[in-house]
Amino acid sequence: MKVLYFAWLRERIGISGEEVETEAGTVADLVAELAAREERYAAAFADLRAVRVAVDQELATFDAPLKGVREVAFFPPMTGG
Amino acid sequence: MRVRIQEAVFDPGAELSAFTASARGAGAVVSFSGVVRDAAAGLEAMEIEHYPGMTEKALSDIRDEALTRFGLIDALVIHRVGRLLPGEVIMMVATAGKHRKEAFEAAEFLMDYLKSRAPFWKKEATGEGTDWVAARDEDEAALKRW
Repeated sequence: MKVLYFAWLRERIGISGEEVETEAGTVADLVAELAAREERYAAAFADLRAVRVAVDQELATFDAPLKGVREVAFFPPMTGG
Repeated sequence: MRVRIQEAVFDPGAELSAFTASARGAGAVVSFSGVVRDAAAGLEAMEIEHYPGMTEKALSDIRDEALTRFGLIDALVIHRVGRLLPGEVIMMVATAGKHRKEAFEAAEFLMDYLKSRAPFWKKEATGEGTDWVAARDEDEAALKRW
């Protein structure tokens, strides 16, 4: 699936997105896999209270299932307006 | 297009005039414009990042919800992205209803949702460097009234 990063998560991880091969069942499982990869991922996901997630472009929660999902995005709380 | 995301500067007065002229049957039109405020002394620019695809979808959904919920005749949302300068208009919403109450309420509803449910992120650039603008608890709390 495609995994996207925005704002300071993008800066901390150093890329705006990537293709990820994963068997992760939920968003939380995917986060755990990513955080275990490298320090920059671990740093970005260190405090999940500061991270929001969208699954196939809809806001979701960390327990959201990933079966059949094409795109997951991680970002800080939004600051529009 | 009633939901627009663009880099280009726009004229909120001209947008409002066109919107009002096309809102047939409306007895009330309300508009709000957000402006880049020089809150951090020495603000040089505001960078607005967004999530192409999801932004359009989120704004359309919020607009649809406002139309239904307040029985509006029409609603307009314009939001800029990219690099903005202090004093420039960031975004506007306009609502048209039969009466002022629903037009005012719908404009507040749109703003409350747009602030914390549409995927935009602001970053301020000053002479000292750049900083992401933190989301405010009050903005999240504001959604509870709806």
